[in-house]
Amino acid sequence: MKYAYYPGCSLTESAREFDISTRAVMERLGAELTEIPDWTCCGASAAEPVSELMNYVLPARNLAIVEQEMDGIDVLAPCAACYLNLYKVNREVVGDRHLHARLNEVLAASGLTYGGNVRVRHLIDVLKNDVGAKIVEQKVTDSLKGMKIAPYYGCQILRPYPVFDDPGKPVSMEPFITAMGGEVFRWSMSNRCCGASLMVAHPEVAVKSVAAILADAEGADAIVTVCPLCQMNLEAYQDKAVKAGGKAVPVLYLTQLMGLALGLDQKAMQLDKNLTLTPSVRQDIKTRAWAVPEPETDAETAGMNG
Amino acid sequence: MSEPVRKTWSPASEEYQSILGGLRESVGACMQCGTCTASCPNWHAMDVTPRAMWRMIQFGMLDEILESRTFWMCSSCYMCTLRCPRGLKLTSAMAALKRLARVDGSAAARRNSAFYEAFMDDVEAHGRVQETSMMQRYFLKRKSPTVPLAFLPLGMKMLSKGKVHLPSRGQGGVLKPLFAKAREMEGL
Repeated sequence: MKYAYYPGCSLTESAREFDISTRAVMERLGAELTEIPDWTCCGASAAEPVSELMNYVLPARNLAIVEQEMDGIDVLAPCAACYLNLYKVNREVVGDRHLHARLNEVLAASGLTYGGNVRVRHLIDVLKNDVGAKIVEQKVTDSLKGMKIAPYYGCQILRPYPVFDDPGKPVSMEPFITAMGGEVFRWSMSNRCCGASLMVAHPEVAVKSVAAILADAEGADAIVTVCPLCQMNLEAYQDKAVKAGGKAVPVLYLTQLMGLALGLDQKAMQLDKNLTLTPSVRQDIKTRAWAVPEPETDAETAGMNG
Repeated sequence: MSEPVRKTWSPASEEYQSILGGLRESVGACMQCGTCTASCPNWHAMDVTPRAMWRMIQFGMLDEILESRTFWMCSSCYMCTLRCPRGLKLTSAMAALKRLARVDGSAAARRNSAFYEAFMDDVEAHGRVQETSMMQRYFLKRKSPTVPLAFLPLGMKMLSKGKVHLPSRGQGGVLKPLFAKAREMEGL
């Protein structure tokens, strides 16, 4: 399992713990990640409102490098926006002769060309279809028994292109949560938008979405995400969201939690970087506080025996 | 032609025409079912519903479109695109409306597109986005001291967690030739 790894800008900045945990976990699971040489930004959701052409050119430049220098192996992107942008070049440009020609005309300014032969995969897609939950289950050394984990998919890994899961009712993270020994927390907001970059320009609008998501996660021990922007919005604005009716819930990257279950320590997974992981939450994770069953009350015991 | 009707057909420049033309093509098949509006997580912040916006595009109601804040409230979650029974690329249409408003260049458009522009300027300068320098660019574009102040508590929190990094050269100007070529081709 060899992949051309595309970390994306956030993972080299405020989401380094996502990058580090992804690399560590994928290595444990037997995948070989090679970073795309000299990769550049995919444009996130900011390119399309500025330039239609750059919206395709920015991600395509990276695919062109993979096609020419890395024998066209599959690209692995952990970030939702990076994944969609890279993926949509294949979906929307390749096959459209006019647009494809325009794209290559721009790329030619850097001596590049993209033929359309690189497959783009999201981290979850690779985990589900190439790795499999069984391998994770076999390698788990520190079970997360009793931990109620709410999988948060966000928007762009399944929308508008549902490649590896049902965008209306995504379930692809669930076998991995179970494999780690955790309990899947059922909720209805797992694919609700967090507000994305609206949090910067119109925070009053995005905080409402985050509050609704966090309110629905009440009762979960943790939310796991696979998108640096979802993580940022759910974590960094949690104080404001709680004031707007949300509930405080620790938020981790799926790969951080997987790393812990696979025997890596909190330091290696950089749990101290998460804004919602207070020392007491980290202590709970360390001692597996959720594994201790709550004492049964007399009334319940009596009822069950009677 | 009566006065109000003529107003909706205000003369549009060539730049407007090309973006508006593309937009009309992309939402031309809209049958006004309203699934997009019902799917939008940010509908509560919009002054015109997405469904009504597609109708306004079909009618070419440029002034009304440009006065609206609807498209600025799109967070690109693609729920409308996913659910559209006509298979229209509605999220891309919202992005095209943002581009149209930028050509218009009103004060509201400058304010609302400041983040996207700051992001793209940073990409052009460094090849990759560097969050601190991108936010600096954003603050400069907003020209309001209250904007950076609002981010100060979060900035401090992130600093204490080691999540803030000083800007570096990044990949340098590796993308500059591509930006220049795209600008030339798009005439922007």
